[in-house]
Amino acid sequence: MDAFTTLSGIAAPMPLVNIDTDMIIPKQYLKTIKRTGLGVALFDEMRYNTDGSEKPEFVLNQPQYRKAQILVAGDNFGCGSSREHAPWALADFGIKAVISTSFADIFFNNCFKNGILPVVLPEPDRDACMQDAEKGANSRIEIDLGAQTITLSDGQVITFQIDQFRKHCLLNGLDDIGLTMEKAASIAAFEEKAAQTRPWV
Amino acid sequence: MSPKTLYDKIWDAHVAHQAEDGTCLLYIDRHLVHEVTSPQAFEGLRMTSRTVRAPEKTIAVPDHNVPTTAGRDVHIDNEESRIQVDALDRNAKDFGIHYYPVSDVRQGIVHIVGPEQGWTLPGMTVVCGDSHTATHGAFGALAHGIGTSEVEHVLATQTLIQKKSKNMKVEITGHLRTGVTAKDITLSVIGRTGTAGGTGYVIEYCGTAIQELSMEGRMTVCNMAIEGGAKAGLIAPDEKTFDYVRGRPNAPKGAQWEAALAWWKTLSSDADAHWDKVVTIRGEDIAPVVTWGTSPEDVLPITGSVPAPESFHGGKVDAAKRSLDYMGLEPGMALKDIKIDAVFIGSCTNGRIEDLRAAAEVLKGKKMAPGVRGMVVPGSGLVRLQAEQEGIAQVFIDAGFEWRLAGCSMCLAMNPDQLAPGERCAATSNRNFEGRQGRGGRTHLMSPAMAAAAAVTGHLTDVREMM
Repeated sequence: MDAFTTLSGIAAPMPLVNIDTDMIIPKQYLKTIKRTGLGVALFDEMRYNTDGSEKPEFVLNQPQYRKAQILVAGDNFGCGSSREHAPWALADFGIKAVISTSFADIFFNNCFKNGILPVVLPEPDRDACMQDAEKGANSRIEIDLGAQTITLSDGQVITFQIDQFRKHCLLNGLDDIGLTMEKAASIAAFEEKAAQTRPWV
Repeated sequence: MSPKTLYDKIWDAHVAHQAEDGTCLLYIDRHLVHEVTSPQAFEGLRMTSRTVRAPEKTIAVPDHNVPTTAGRDVHIDNEESRIQVDALDRNAKDFGIHYYPVSDVRQGIVHIVGPEQGWTLPGMTVVCGDSHTATHGAFGALAHGIGTSEVEHVLATQTLIQKKSKNMKVEITGHLRTGVTAKDITLSVIGRTGTAGGTGYVIEYCGTAIQELSMEGRMTVCNMAIEGGAKAGLIAPDEKTFDYVRGRPNAPKGAQWEAALAWWKTLSSDADAHWDKVVTIRGEDIAPVVTWGTSPEDVLPITGSVPAPESFHGGKVDAAKRSLDYMGLEPGMALKDIKIDAVFIGSCTNGRIEDLRAAAEVLKGKKMAPGVRGMVVPGSGLVRLQAEQEGIAQVFIDAGFEWRLAGCSMCLAMNPDQLAPGERCAATSNRNFEGRQGRGGRTHLMSPAMAAAAAVTGHLTDVREMM
């Protein structure tokens, strides 16, 4: 997995609340057996007309946001299905961080497995990011994961909280499975005990 | 010992390793796998030369993209779907995991097959690359959805890296009134708490109205815990649970059954356990409900009318405007005046035998309204068989419904079962998101009895008026 340390990029505003994973990547793109190539289908129904042409009003179709690397989103981003295709599509498009007041749990987990940083902020701080993002390409937001800070284009610095284990994994691009396999002895010991206490499992 | 919730007890029984910061390796007793969220995980194992640590605890079944029409065991027309199903066939064989192919009568929606075959047992941890894994919580199992990277993690290590969630109690007191079902309970809870109300929590549903539900009803309630944002939903196991599990193909037998039962009987929250959040709803206050918008929290009693966006606060004002525009509805319109084009009865929320019985009870001797198309998709091949034996299938066919083979079908419309743009559907499924049942399709969520009532009249209907 790619490490995430610092990021300076254009942020796109998506103030709609409850943006669900069906909106992020609709079901017809779930038939792939690969993780890559989903960026063109990101936000498919919001982004394209039925004939495949772009909807000019959609934020990521606007010239100033086409190269956005950060999304600033309304409450409860990523609700709905467990499809990891949602972060795969975001990553493939080039989105490396999403800022909101809250995320649905499974989507939140899935981001960390794909080198995407989901940042949870109190509403006033998220709103400050949203206002900055609305300035378009003139606004570059800086995120420093090590320092846990977001710096807006006017120099305002916002700090954020993050689970330290997740931070460590993201900063170093660590593979979860590899880390867990180092604890194979604990897992084997658990299985041995469970075979005695809950043999029917 | 300090008092514990049911969630605390199951959690404590599954911690294989705990780091100083509280990050745990949680041992997984059952891993359910389907064709859509697993191919990349198996590919990951191959690329790293890893194996499945506990194939005997891993169960696979194709359900999401399979057609629900005859001949699918011979050939699936859609190439991408066929490749995914073929990949699952191959992965199940290569890695030696339990498998129910489409040619097997036991095939069906993974969350219906698991309990039916006795894979799901009280006190277990159950995961699947599907958010509706919450269903299995009805047995007092800690069950939740995971992403594909976590599917690979569980395949390789039989554990998940987890931190503990908070405890939330949702109590439904008293008794349900006539015409009110488990679906109305779970939708009403989401209507009250919102789709993010459960974020960070595991919900335990309790109270007399929950205890009075059948296992099928309890599965419906827990199934939609995810729509309320919760990590998982739980209901403490009781005699109904044990009666359901007893004798299932993979349930323990003999001395092991007795030992299991002894432990299962300890699986309830202690009277003085701590709850981080409590929601209480009187069973008598719950009416048959429908959704009007594009979020599962957009819930109102069928006697209500379409709300004005201005009646909401914050970001929900714009979201409601967008919803009404998408749904083609005007504020103030009576919900009962909303005409429908299609009816979908099925899904992991409401695709079990009791759901089909409830819908058939309303439909008996009646026809669908002219111009309405209806589809019944049983949750499993065994549910389908039972419905045919009970004569229920014929009731649907006589009413004008299509009687399909088992699968997820039009709940998420990955297979050919889809709504056309603008088509409006009374659905027993779990999500009314934009495009969920087909691009431009409009979904109203409700119980099987309410969907059947709408099928007969051609518009959203209060089923109590037909009883």
